Amino acid sequence: MTTSTSLVYLIALPLAGAALLLLGGRRTDKWGHLLATGLSASSFGVGAYQLLQMLGRSAEERPVSQKLFEWIHVGNFNVDAGLLLDQLSICFVLLITGVGTLIHIYSISYMSHDPDRRRFFAFLNLFIAAMLLLVLGDSYLNLYVGWEGVGLASYLLIGFWNQKPAYATASKKAFVMNRVGDMGLSFAIMIAFATMGTVSFTGVAEHAHHTSEAALTGMGIMLLVAAAGKSAQFPLQAWLGDAMAGPTPVSALIHAATMVTAGVYLITRSNFVFDAAPTAQLLVVIVGAITLMFGALIGTAKDDIKKALAASTMSQIGYMILAAGLGPVGYAFAIMHLLTHGFFKAGMFLGAGSVMHGMNDEVNMRKYGALRKFMPITFATFGLGYLAILGVPPFAGFYSKDMIIETAFNAGGVKGIILGCVTLIGAGITAFYMTRVIILTFTGTKRWDEDAHPHESPWLMWLPMAILAIGSVTSGFLLSRGDALVNWLHPLFAHHGEHEELLKPIVVSGLALTMVAIGIAVAFLKYSRNEVAHVAPENVSVFTKIARQDLMQDRFNEAIFMRPGQALTATLVATDNAVIDGTVRGIGQMAMGSGSALRGIQNGFVRSYAALILVGAVALVAAIWVVVQ
Amino acid sequence: MKWLTILMVLPLLGAAMISTLSKANEKAAKQLALATTLIVMAATIAMAVGFQRDNIDLQFVEKYSWIPSFGINFALGVDAIALVLILMSTILAPIVILAGWNEAHGGRWSVKTFYILILVLETMMIGVFAATDVFLFYVIFEAMLIPVYFLIGGYGTGERAAAAVKFLIYSLVGGLLMLASIIALYVMSGAQGGHTFDISELSKLTMSSTTQNLLFLGFFIAFAIKAPVWPFHTWLPDAAKAATPGTSVLLLGVLDKVGTYGMIRYCLTLFPEASKTFTPIILVLAVISIIYGAFLAIGAKDIKRLIAYTSISHFGFITMGIFAMTTQGHSGAILYMFNHGFSTAALFLVAGWMISRRGSSTIADFGGLQRVTPIMAWTFFVAGMSSLALPGLSSFVSEFLVLVGTFTRYPVHAIIATFGIVLAALYILIPVQRALHGPTTPGNETLSDLNLREKIAIAPVIAIIVVLGFYPAPLLKVINPAASHVISQMGFTDPAPTNGDK
Amino acid sequence: MDASNYLYVSALLFTIGAVGVVVRRNAIVVFMCIELMLNAANLSFVTFSRINGDLDGQVMAFFTMVVAACEVVVGLAIIVTIYRSRRSASVDDASLLKR
Repeated sequence: MTTSTSLVYLIALPLAGAALLLLGGRRTDKWGHLLATGLSASSFGVGAYQLLQMLGRSAEERPVSQKLFEWIHVGNFNVDAGLLLDQLSICFVLLITGVGTLIHIYSISYMSHDPDRRRFFAFLNLFIAAMLLLVLGDSYLNLYVGWEGVGLASYLLIGFWNQKPAYATASKKAFVMNRVGDMGLSFAIMIAFATMGTVSFTGVAEHAHHTSEAALTGMGIMLLVAAAGKSAQFPLQAWLGDAMAGPTPVSALIHAATMVTAGVYLITRSNFVFDAAPTAQLLVVIVGAITLMFGALIGTAKDDIKKALAASTMSQIGYMILAAGLGPVGYAFAIMHLLTHGFFKAGMFLGAGSVMHGMNDEVNMRKYGALRKFMPITFATFGLGYLAILGVPPFAGFYSKDMIIETAFNAGGVKGIILGCVTLIGAGITAFYMTRVIILTFTGTKRWDEDAHPHESPWLMWLPMAILAIGSVTSGFLLSRGDALVNWLHPLFAHHGEHEELLKPIVVSGLALTMVAIGIAVAFLKYSRNEVAHVAPENVSVFTKIARQDLMQDRFNEAIFMRPGQALTATLVATDNAVIDGTVRGIGQMAMGSGSALRGIQNGFVRSYAALILVGAVALVAAIWVVVQ
Repeated sequence: MKWLTILMVLPLLGAAMISTLSKANEKAAKQLALATTLIVMAATIAMAVGFQRDNIDLQFVEKYSWIPSFGINFALGVDAIALVLILMSTILAPIVILAGWNEAHGGRWSVKTFYILILVLETMMIGVFAATDVFLFYVIFEAMLIPVYFLIGGYGTGERAAAAVKFLIYSLVGGLLMLASIIALYVMSGAQGGHTFDISELSKLTMSSTTQNLLFLGFFIAFAIKAPVWPFHTWLPDAAKAATPGTSVLLLGVLDKVGTYGMIRYCLTLFPEASKTFTPIILVLAVISIIYGAFLAIGAKDIKRLIAYTSISHFGFITMGIFAMTTQGHSGAILYMFNHGFSTAALFLVAGWMISRRGSSTIADFGGLQRVTPIMAWTFFVAGMSSLALPGLSSFVSEFLVLVGTFTRYPVHAIIATFGIVLAALYILIPVQRALHGPTTPGNETLSDLNLREKIAIAPVIAIIVVLGFYPAPLLKVINPAASHVISQMGFTDPAPTNGDK
Repeated sequence: MDASNYLYVSALLFTIGAVGVVVRRNAIVVFMCIELMLNAANLSFVTFSRINGDLDGQVMAFFTMVVAACEVVVGLAIIVTIYRSRRSASVDDASLLKR
């Protein structure tokens, strides 16, 4: 493996920016955002340089490592702060720094009126650094540092406007649910160390083949829990919708393009574990499939444009997780979808931000309408992203999503047919809810509030959107041309035999496009021909009502975890006071009580003292007499 | 150089000098106290530099005959564990004095007396970790209660007298049990070749398993009360709430460590067999402490009580690490003691500043502080992150080592304890949300942010938390040999990787 | 004559004294009852001295008499002082020491 000394700059540059901006205080207000953007861009530069270097080497020598310093060495638990850049992590590095830099640029304008803009950029830089550490760490424990670091950055950014109690609660919810996932990661690391004696990726990869399947299954399930927490997968998905409380650039960067895909990275990175643990792998597929449908269904009922997009993100990551769960055939496609999704979803979120920017931060799509004419660039970029997510050829999603559907069908047997159908139906629903977003926002009649004056956003905002739109158009084609990405990632994953094709690729594409067409048609019938109500109608089917409430996810969590937890806390507080401290106080009171009881004897009457002495003496004599007898 | 004696005498000298000052000259008393503690800190660091980290024997050994007729010596010496704790104590002392510059006002006695008590306490904090004579240890262990009693009862707030008495009686009960065990050890040493209180001699005694178990319990209960381990914990929240923030830092940060330190130094060394016998029970108590402390912290309405409950949870981790009998668990526990000192100090000091500005310690009285006093709010946030063991901050390294070390031998305990990290997120983020976020609560609009003195006081604490999070190697290298020595003395070896056969 | 008869008398005297101390209120009477008990003890001492044939008991009796004399001096002084200040010689009235 090649060693390098320059990997650390990838992380150090944005980290230094964060530190400088946070510690520098108001002094850096004037130029802080420029510095942060510059550092993010230079990190991208380092990443691009690394890619060029990597391209110049043969496949075996492409991974680059750097040992930074000795971190934790105790007994046989040895973890160094080390970085590893291989074909997988370089994809992420470029996505993170690239999209990250674009979003920095966008935020300069988007946040220009916020008094705390400097702090916002500091947090963005902190996020970039943590996310890079996540994908560059050479062991599970290093990854863990980045893993919680992005959780922290996400918490800080969701709660950026935490003077609003709901936003503060949303950020707390995100952190706590992420911590549940982090607990899974802790368990996975502990299992790895207890069974294999190492926690580095290379070490675990070496030991995995002679470790029992039970241990690997346990580790795999725990990794899945971790991935579910970070990537908002079932059953830890409930935080993502609320996370839209953060400023829109944050939603684009963290909660669409990068952080929420960390779970996919973790599973792909741990391919050696999952390949040897079919049960865990099956669970991954199931979780992915459930979330795919779950997110899609929520997306159909949301009127808040950001929450609709968030539900879509959840669903798209479901696709990725599902692909990653399919094993060596699926990893590359999971990553491919992750990259194309990074482009089109970030672009759409920025588009949503642009719309909100022009509409006084209104997020309710029922109060939009006809914005096409007023925001042509936003409409164009959003539209390209829309075509990409639908999977219309030749846009990016067509290449990545179709490959996942195809791989799902080829998974074999009943499993393959079920997964294939789920992904197909998901594609149809995606088409429905995305078309709904487009219709409600950009077409139809004006349903604005009176004080709304929509206008196109400044160039600092539409330029990043345009670049991302170009990515949404071309990335799929570029990545799949001559199986570029598949071949690039090939050395990292176990090799797999040829699968029997259930359906010809062209048939799959045809089916997918049919589903998409049906979805679009239904949306048109439902929303384009009728007048859209200003407030959400109440006389809707029970399914819509449930979907509006995020399929009862919050109610479920509240009923199963929150309320019993609160009850348990109250019980324990009461018990502690009454029973444990009560016992202690009881002992004290017993001493005091017996004191005051005995005090009654000291009544001050000499004669009763004398009588007591007499009784005592007699008793003593009697006792002696009894003993002597 | 008689390093340890010098360290113990210096604060007493400072105290003597302060006692000559007039009562009105409060500023001089403060400055003198700060100067003394800074000198002690410098001396400790100088001593630590000369510590040979690969040498597992006691170092800087000193021995003076004290009461020859009972074989009692004034014997001092440190190994890595004691060194780390003394270092922590002497670094915390000046920080506490600087941070709580005005906290002696409004006490029952003069400001001067406050600093004399603090300095006397510092001498004892050094002595209790450095003592190698069991009798000397016992005397200091008990004598430490006196300055703390007066610090809580004389300078605290609210029901300070009741809290001070509760603290004192709890500790005395534990001390009494320990005294009984110490006397028994002394008597047995007389029967087996000469009366002595020397710990290394006492550890060679042979005794029946029943005797060992009983004597172990005498020591362990004393330390469990001190630490505190569930269910001996109820004095801590009361004491921490009543004490001034600085006193609370010394109480939770240093005095409670005497409990966990005693478990290693006395319980494990003197009674290895009994320690093994009781390990299952103690581990259960530790796990209960972790979860129970966390739940009570979540339910706490008072910010000082909340911090005290988080400490109960953290002490659960330390106890678990000590009795997991793996090098990772043991090193982690010792490192945890050091790190906990600083993360609790940060939390308590900032909370103290918040409370003194607001005039209330109820969490609900705060709100929106992040917009009013940003620096104070962010400092509290960082301290909170350290308390919930965020990776990259020092507590994470120790907490994870404890968990990993426990998992290899006692997976079930480790798994339950790991749920504590989710609870930790709740017990930190709930007060963070209530106190720092949201709209500014009426009455808080005019609170002032940290001043220069407070910034200088908290900066080194935060620096230590961050630096040791990324680079704990200097401390771990000192701790590791001592930790593995204890484990091998106990006859344990780390479990080998199982390859999942288990 | 059997020496134990003296012991019976002594016991009787002691009992009368003891009951008197407990039952009577007048300080002077209580005092006299105490004297009665002391002298009952003296009688026992002397009797045992006779039975054992040595002088220890008689020496002890002298000690007791000295103590009794001292006691009378101090006790009567206290009683007189109390009577002066409260115009009562009842022991029940002098109960200020309780609590």
